[in-house]
Amino acid sequence: MKYEEFKNNDYLENMVKELQANGVNVAVSKLDDLINWGRSNSVWSFLLGTSCCAIEFMTLGAARYDMARFGFEVTRNSPRQGDVLLVLGTITNKMAPLMKRLYDQLAEPKYVVAVGGCTISGGPFKKSYHVVKGIDKIVPVDVYIPGCPPRPEAFYYGLMQLQRKIKLEHFFGGVNRKQPKPIEE
Amino acid sequence: MDIKDKISTLVPGVEFKEQGDLIAVIPAASFHRAAEALRYDKEDAMDYLRDIVGMDWGETLGALYYLESTTTHARIVLRTETADRENPLLPSVSDLWKTAVIKEREAFDFFGIRFTGNPDMRRIFLREDWVGHPFRKDYDEKSNELNMNNEVNADVTTEYTLKADGTLTTEKHVVFEPDDFVVNVGPQHPSTHGALRLRVALDGETVKRVDPVCGYIHRGIEKMNESLTYPQTLALTDRLDYLSAHQSRHALCMCIEQAAGIEISERAKYIRTIMDELQRIDSHLLFYSCLVLDMGGFTPFFYGFREREMILQIMEETTGGRLIQNYNMIGGVQADLHPDFQKKVKEFIKHMRGIIHEYHEIFTGNVIVTTRLKGVGVLSKEDAISFGATGGTGRASGWANDVRKHHPYGLYDKVDFKEIVYTEGDSFARYMVRMDEIMESMKIIEQLIDNIPEGEYRVKTKPIIRIPEGNYSTSVESSRGEFAVFLESHGDKTPYRLHYRSTGLPLVHALDTACRGQKIADLIAIGASMDFVIPDIDR
Repeated sequence: MKYEEFKNNDYLENMVKELQANGVNVAVSKLDDLINWGRSNSVWSFLLGTSCCAIEFMTLGAARYDMARFGFEVTRNSPRQGDVLLVLGTITNKMAPLMKRLYDQLAEPKYVVAVGGCTISGGPFKKSYHVVKGIDKIVPVDVYIPGCPPRPEAFYYGLMQLQRKIKLEHFFGGVNRKQPKPIEE
Repeated sequence: MDIKDKISTLVPGVEFKEQGDLIAVIPAASFHRAAEALRYDKEDAMDYLRDIVGMDWGETLGALYYLESTTTHARIVLRTETADRENPLLPSVSDLWKTAVIKEREAFDFFGIRFTGNPDMRRIFLREDWVGHPFRKDYDEKSNELNMNNEVNADVTTEYTLKADGTLTTEKHVVFEPDDFVVNVGPQHPSTHGALRLRVALDGETVKRVDPVCGYIHRGIEKMNESLTYPQTLALTDRLDYLSAHQSRHALCMCIEQAAGIEISERAKYIRTIMDELQRIDSHLLFYSCLVLDMGGFTPFFYGFREREMILQIMEETTGGRLIQNYNMIGGVQADLHPDFQKKVKEFIKHMRGIIHEYHEIFTGNVIVTTRLKGVGVLSKEDAISFGATGGTGRASGWANDVRKHHPYGLYDKVDFKEIVYTEGDSFARYMVRMDEIMESMKIIEQLIDNIPEGEYRVKTKPIIRIPEGNYSTSVESSRGEFAVFLESHGDKTPYRLHYRSTGLPLVHALDTACRGQKIADLIAIGASMDFVIPDIDR
């Protein structure tokens, strides 16, 4: 996809500005580019599939929507081997402490993608007594993919946005990705 | 003898309610005796307990027991209640039907009703430190904040026994001994098909006991329904068992239409039946893909998804949704069929018939598959009925339980199809039932696809639907068993209680029996062959 075709470009431009505020070392930034090229094209996702969205994610792995073309086809089921926590499906009150623990077990640098209405805000179950109203209350979220469940194309778009985000980061020079704090109630 | 006379002779002075379903109101004191007599009746034994629905009637707490006979398929509902809200006690029927053990746990979790004589009175869906019982009408929804501490699971269960003099005694049962080797599977596990957690006690490699811990995806759908109008409740059924989205919603629409007296057009019936069968093929193809994936094969996964994608495309053209379609509405379906629908469905069936041999060539006859599935995880017919393990699992054990045959709905009484029944009861039989059902579903669609009558696809209904007071129920054969809707209306625009029969809960309960004595490596294959969907269990 072309740069102009993406939405939220201003968000990334602001992020670059913030990262470059202290000046950039030319040699190190070239090395950064190389490392980020590698990192962004081999994103290993760690799946936390609890409901419907996980089934729709499976179609991405199959032949028709083949996500291997974009460099995020490797999915892991152990948090020790993943780069990005993909939350696929409703997170309930009983599941919330477990999700936090899985997030804590991921190695840095780590990212979180919230997939589907349930993970973003509680979705259709917003009024329930046993559903977390948005996982960003528990863990920091990098990309939101809305839908119930999202189409495979929406998954691509969301994960490509994550790749763009990774590409801009500074791996060297002490300005590595700052851990955002979860939103307080 | 008529069922009403039979119950009247068992319990003198019994009261009957006939608003919708026939309900026999039996006092708690004589309930167990009456249930036992019906269970072991000579001519018409009510040996299949479909569901126990906990209820809060304001003054009293109680439960509705939906019974069915596996020989005559006659149905009856029993109702019993207790006026003690502080410390409600009801007699357990877990000694008559095995499924009652887990269904009574559900009623305890949601309503706080203790069943005397049930060996396992732990909570099932909510955390063990949860305060209160959420399905009671006086429950304060704010009373439990999000608790981020890790949950501790008890290793002992409590059984309550009511003595003749009215005193309550407790007895402890041990789930896991202190020196048991317990392996924890899930809730974050790729092969438990969602957020299911199993605690497995092992003796070497052999499974000694499986204790399922549910509730990691308990979304409180039934409680939410109580504050939604009838058309609004429809949206949530698709998200229960997302691989039976059409069928679940079909059941709820039928229930509301039946209760409100709405007659749907012949065209809508055709569309619903065809869609149900397409959904079944979709689900069974996914079952095949998941089973092989769980057993370590990757190529067949691509086969299953290749054909499944064709169905999803047909669905998307007509309904606008791929996985969750939101297609059935009260009074018919949401939109008319896409002009290409018939052509594409026929193309798909032709393609599927020509390619199904690939599935069998790569998997069915494979030596690893036969050794790992044949004779493994056997569930006897008696156990399948007692656990209420419906659908393919029950039919693999020799229990003919297809709702489409025995309680026809839609157009199933007009089409010719075979009920697939195997007798082995092992994982391989469960697999073969699904593969054969794909062929039967295609047969059903072929009989209907060319004869869809012209007409309205949806009759006009009022935006606010009021349902007359009473209890209503419908059941459908969903992709993985009998899915039923139990509705109690008090004449409002919202349901008083709307309960769904989970197809997966009895299967997870039966997992313990099927896995005992088997190897831990086969646990996942047995679970995959039973084919449960977790959001449907936890609701």
